[in-house]
Amino acid sequence: MNTVRQLDRVVIRFAGDSGDGMQLTGDRFTAETAKLGNDLSTLPNFPAEIRAPAGTLPGVSSFQIHFADSDILTPGDQPEVLVAMNPAALKANLRDLKPGGIIIVNTDEFTKRNLKKVGYDDSPLEDHTLEDYQVIEVQLTSLTVAALAEYEIGKKDAARSKNMFALGLLSWMYSRTTEVTEEFLRKKFTKKPQIAEANVAALKAGWNYGETAESFAVQYEIPPATLPAGTYRNVTGNTALAWGVLASGVASGLPLFLGAYPITPASDVLHELSKHKKFGVTTMQAEDEIAAAGAALGAAWGGALGITTSSGPGVALKSETISLGVSLELPLIVIDVQRAGPSTGMPTKTEQADLLMAMFGRHGEAPVAVLAPQSPSDCFETMLEAARMALQYRTPVMLLSDGYIANGAEPWKLPDLAELPDLGVEFATEPNATDASGEPTFLPFQRDPETLARPWAVPGTPGLQHRIGGIEKADGTGDISYDPANHDHMVRTRAAKIAGIDVPDLAVDDPDGEAEVLVLGWGSTWGPIGAAVRGLRDRGIHIARAHLRYLNPMPANVGEVLGSYKKVVVPEMNLGQLALLLRGNFPSADVIGYNKVRGLPFTSNELQDALEEVVKNG
Amino acid sequence: MADAVKMDAPKLKAKDFKSDQEVRWCPGCGDYAILAAVQSFLPELGLEREKIAFVSGIGCSSRFPYYLNTYGMHSIHGRAPAIATGLATSRPDLSVWVVTGDGDALSIGGNHLIHALRRNVNLKILLFNNRIYGLTKGQYSPTSEPGKLTKSSPMGSVDAPFNPLSLALGSEASFVARTLDSDRAHLKDVLRAAAEHEGSAFVEIYQNCPIFNDDAFEVLKSPETRDMALIRLEDGEPIRFGSEGGEQVVVQSGYGLQVKPADEVDPADVVVHRSDIDDPAYAFALSRLSGTVLDHTPIGVFRSVRKPTYDGQVRSQVEEAASGVDRAAALGGLMHSGDTWTVL
Repeated sequence: MNTVRQLDRVVIRFAGDSGDGMQLTGDRFTAETAKLGNDLSTLPNFPAEIRAPAGTLPGVSSFQIHFADSDILTPGDQPEVLVAMNPAALKANLRDLKPGGIIIVNTDEFTKRNLKKVGYDDSPLEDHTLEDYQVIEVQLTSLTVAALAEYEIGKKDAARSKNMFALGLLSWMYSRTTEVTEEFLRKKFTKKPQIAEANVAALKAGWNYGETAESFAVQYEIPPATLPAGTYRNVTGNTALAWGVLASGVASGLPLFLGAYPITPASDVLHELSKHKKFGVTTMQAEDEIAAAGAALGAAWGGALGITTSSGPGVALKSETISLGVSLELPLIVIDVQRAGPSTGMPTKTEQADLLMAMFGRHGEAPVAVLAPQSPSDCFETMLEAARMALQYRTPVMLLSDGYIANGAEPWKLPDLAELPDLGVEFATEPNATDASGEPTFLPFQRDPETLARPWAVPGTPGLQHRIGGIEKADGTGDISYDPANHDHMVRTRAAKIAGIDVPDLAVDDPDGEAEVLVLGWGSTWGPIGAAVRGLRDRGIHIARAHLRYLNPMPANVGEVLGSYKKVVVPEMNLGQLALLLRGNFPSADVIGYNKVRGLPFTSNELQDALEEVVKNG
Repeated sequence: MADAVKMDAPKLKAKDFKSDQEVRWCPGCGDYAILAAVQSFLPELGLEREKIAFVSGIGCSSRFPYYLNTYGMHSIHGRAPAIATGLATSRPDLSVWVVTGDGDALSIGGNHLIHALRRNVNLKILLFNNRIYGLTKGQYSPTSEPGKLTKSSPMGSVDAPFNPLSLALGSEASFVARTLDSDRAHLKDVLRAAAEHEGSAFVEIYQNCPIFNDDAFEVLKSPETRDMALIRLEDGEPIRFGSEGGEQVVVQSGYGLQVKPADEVDPADVVVHRSDIDDPAYAFALSRLSGTVLDHTPIGVFRSVRKPTYDGQVRSQVEEAASGVDRAAALGGLMHSGDTWTVL
């Protein structure tokens, strides 16, 4: 009889060779966990190389999941359980594991040759390397092959199901049911029922192994979390972004046009939208990043909601086109799924170092709206906000996601689509002025007095033929103008238009009002900061927090908020870009940066330490 | 022109296509002649002015859209084909034209040009080739002849030039033609053929720059030389040219074509021009009859073949998928598909 122990939270990391199917294993464990009602957060971590040599350190792929009986904000700092499918996976992940943690190893892969590949002279299973951990040795490969003996599949195919055996074992350990995965496997392999059944058998064999093998004395239970009522699904940031694009189409009634060039980690937005043509979305895989932006801008001129997606290097290439968008005053949404740079940098790793490029990385005075989602599911609403700004103010908008948000997943309480904002646009259809001889005429740069947006007269509209271009335009008429005063006026007007974009105030979370230190973040640091603040408050430390979604223009109350605290800590996965903006705009605020560029999200522990240091010692 | 563009002709005249902007090219610029030819041709499209959009890049020629009373965008250097692709793909009701130059299309924008052509997007691309950078005041261009003396090549350019038609044909262009700024009737004939073509139409227009590269095409224009240099291609006709007593013909030679005196050739061996040959090798061979030396320069339609268009296929995929779909309902369905769970 096994003992069942209750836990409130667990962090598990599945690690193996990139061919071992660890992402699928993690994804399925996540689905089972979600079904059970735990709150969860996940973080996949995979190599940039599609197939690095098998069994080597660069080839290790992992998937981490944090799940709990209460709401959680991050995928967890340190795994407590590591599933290592081979020596490389063990070596690459061991230093992250919590002391005393559980390691489940596939001993079949701990051969001399595999050990040597990663520089182990002796097997870590036999020396003192793992003495601080609870090691559970399982012959995952051979057990799987044995379990599938009766299936008419080759030994190699049978061995490939070892990830399902591991999943079955972990599902048993943490009291998950395997039905969702069984259903998934049968659907995935509809055309190969033999493979489907073999995988299901491997999954069940893993589960049964847990229940019967003596190595597993304890089974764990993590009761469901109490989450707000509603229907939930798990969602990654890139999927939520793509669906936000679809929702923007529904909310605006406009056709959608995505111009994109494949780039990590943004390509999944292109893939997702390419699947959904029924929403009237045209996806163009362009010849390069510049063409992707250009085609989106051309479609926008024609009355579509034009979007272009990329990551840092690609956004740099789009810069001139974005400036044209600023000059033409047409809506254009530029999505930058940031990754570690500069140059190729670390394409599969996360960073927030494109903020200043988004703000200023153009020629001339070319301000655009900039905003950033704070979590995977938040991408949906942030995308709708980007569409609102672009359409209402006729301007390029930069949306800054990042690799952590893009590939990470969390439960998402599905929004009520009846409450989508109305993003409807009125195209110009009539002359809006009279000329010197009293005849009706159309002035393409006669602005809305409130938003300063110019009329959007799409080609095809009778009588409103006009020419637009990158050359400076005379205010109102849009005719070419080199007049000094006009240029000064136009530059200031375009800046005033962006500065005047309507954005909600910054909300501050300061429960007891006694905090003297504010932690202010933006983008994907929301989760780790939130977890750190929670940890500090649990220990009675007063700290206020706020998170900026709107980076340009910033909410009107930012100065006031900063002024209410003695110190403001700004954690960023860059060398202090938001901090620089804050110091420039609000020189009297005492802004302290906390900066790391390791390609990884902050852990809540390190943030707790850093924040506590400021609270205690100033 | 795209399928959905209506051809029932409103009776417009050339003057209806003039905008209120003052034309500001240098006196004697070939662009004036091209503008006049285009303005006098546009009524033939049979379209209302608002159904026509001109997109240009950067350069002297790219000022073109400002002078036409249609919709127009003067964009950024080299990118007009990309921007026009977005417009043409999302708006089948428009007739979309690109105006570009040798620097704009072949240097900074080379990538967009070749990809627009291979995709066969419904665009009419007019490349004004003056073999020089005019707007930046006289540097050599990707079509300048080797050895060209310019401000940026004081000892002579060592850049090997492009042959724009060869490049277009190598890019799988379905329509390729060449004409001259000074020959309005021929220019209009070529524009008409380009407009009627479904898909990308690439038209090289030899254009004189009187300031930085004057008389670059004089050999094709001067009464003394033109008969021996200019080859007028006519579909279904044997390729003959030359002045009286010096008649020339085009015959096959090895893998290509060559010019020979007519009296040395059996008339049955003279190549009969056909623009509808599927294999681009023939049109390519024609494009090689002249390079930077214009001694035997064909003008007219080199190639005109039917191929599926990019924008047409993209639209039919979207239309097929979106037919009868309630987008809002479909979004709800999508969001609730797959693994979901309910918290009460």
